[in-house]
Amino acid sequence: MAMLHIVNKSPFERTAFESCLKHISVGDSVLMIEDAVVGAMQNTRFSAHIEQALQESSVYVLSGDLAARGLSQERIISGVTAVDYEGFVDLTVECDTTQSWL
Amino acid sequence: MALEVNGVAVELDEEGYLMELEDWTPEVAKTFAAEDDIELSEEHWDIINFLREYYEEYQIAPAVRVLTKAVGKRLGKEKGNSKYLYSLFPFGPGKQACKYAGLPKPTGCV
Amino acid sequence: MAIKKFMFVNRKAPYGSVYALESLEVVLISAAFDQDVSLAFLDDGVYQITKNQDTTGIGQKNFSAAYKALGDYEINKLYVEKESLEERGLTIADLMPLMWEDEDDDYQEKSSIYLVNRAEMADIMATQEVVISF
Repeated sequence: MAMLHIVNKSPFERTAFESCLKHISVGDSVLMIEDAVVGAMQNTRFSAHIEQALQESSVYVLSGDLAARGLSQERIISGVTAVDYEGFVDLTVECDTTQSWL
Repeated sequence: MALEVNGVAVELDEEGYLMELEDWTPEVAKTFAAEDDIELSEEHWDIINFLREYYEEYQIAPAVRVLTKAVGKRLGKEKGNSKYLYSLFPFGPGKQACKYAGLPKPTGCV
Repeated sequence: MAIKKFMFVNRKAPYGSVYALESLEVVLISAAFDQDVSLAFLDDGVYQITKNQDTTGIGQKNFSAAYKALGDYEINKLYVEKESLEERGLTIADLMPLMWEDEDDDYQEKSSIYLVNRAEMADIMATQEVVISF
């Protein structure tokens, strides 16, 4: 049973993102949207958490939200995949269940 | 609310400003002016065009003070004062000129 | 009206919530009152002034260009916290160049951005008479 975890809060401001990463199971997917996309960037205070999550799960980031905040896809953590809204839909279809971490 | 321009209805907000920036044409400005019994001169168009360019660049309608200063710099010192702008737009250069230019009401303008 | 030192503190990323836009609107309005206004960008607030913002993918209005108009409104003290940038993998080069024209110096373009460290930011906050945090 693979679950898609959707996070929309900045990891620098709220604890939801960090809590999410502590509760994912092997094979789950994590998708960053809205303010959470800042967590996808390299060399941040949070990037080690993402790198660890990538060991056993897939991590995605919504490209439109990155661009809106002036963040380049070239600077996201290696292993994180940028997806557009279609990719978002595909993920919800592929995963058995979804959980939104508000 | 709507403004009829050459037989086509253009949607307005509750204060009479254009709902959609893209609906603007020079005819819209002329129609707004006609409602105020004003015929647009070249001097009016200088201000309207300036406002449209300002909005294009900064995505905001400038406050009157900012408009006055910028007009003085761009169109000459003798035009960069509120007396000159009020002579063109008696209902207030911020409100009236922005309306003709199809911009929203300037932020901070009551 | 006596001139007071006003500081608007920006701590949230744009677009995910309405705080950044609301702050910007209040700042622009405050300019009409001839006060001594400064802005602070710390924590996620630094994302408000990153360059190359493109909102076409999320269907929201890109209001980042409006920060470039702050100089016209004589708001030219924008304090950006160094540690906040570093913690987010950003440098000052990732921010928009925000300038103002100095009328008293032959309209020279000067930077409005001051990079300060956390301790300096605290000192600047301590000198304010009114602080409004978003």
